[in-house]
Amino acid sequence: MSVTLLSWSLLIAQILLGIAMAIACFRMIRGPRAQDRIVCLDALYVNAMLFLLVLGMRTGSTLYFEAALVISILGFVSTLALAKFLMRGEIIE
Amino acid sequence: MTDATDLPTWAALVTSFLVLLGAGFTLIGAIGLLRLKTFYERMHAPTLGATGGAAGILLGSIVFFSTLQSRPVLQETFIAVFVTVTTPVTLMLLARAALYRDRSEGSTDIPPAIGTDEGVKTDESI
Repeated sequence: MSVTLLSWSLLIAQILLGIAMAIACFRMIRGPRAQDRIVCLDALYVNAMLFLLVLGMRTGSTLYFEAALVISILGFVSTLALAKFLMRGEIIE
Repeated sequence: MTDATDLPTWAALVTSFLVLLGAGFTLIGAIGLLRLKTFYERMHAPTLGATGGAAGILLGSIVFFSTLQSRPVLQETFIAVFVTVTTPVTLMLLARAALYRDRSEGSTDIPPAIGTDEGVKTDESI
């Protein structure tokens, strides 16, 4: 019973996170200005990180944890670089 | 779900509740990203996923793997600390960049800069 409950709730959580990622993608395509797109990219990588964590719980392996960690680190650096580019027009001065 | 058959019922209940709570928070944040009007309002929406959503799913993951492996698995706190530290930094920098762009274009529906007359200010502090 507990396995059924857990597998269904993890599947529903994955569906919700997938809808959230789709909404972020839609806003990233439609967003009127560059800063809107960068905010949506930020939201998209946080959602992808959570999606990978839930996937790791579904398969029962801790292997996906490293992928989530790498996504969070690279997403932070990329958002920072894009914000810096928006501010100055160049990243490394 | 290969080796989760020996998970006790309370752990399954707690994990399901926390994961569904986190996913719901994230979805509400994404809907806010879709529906809010201006950029400065939209900037608040994804932080719901970065705080509540991440906290729920990471706590659920900690409970799940700790009961599954019968030892405390606390590596998810690393992601939690990292997300908590980096999200305000990126969003504040992005808000300042957007404010700088709006001011340099002479947009009128943003507050003027402090200490200047008419709003247009070159921000040298970043």
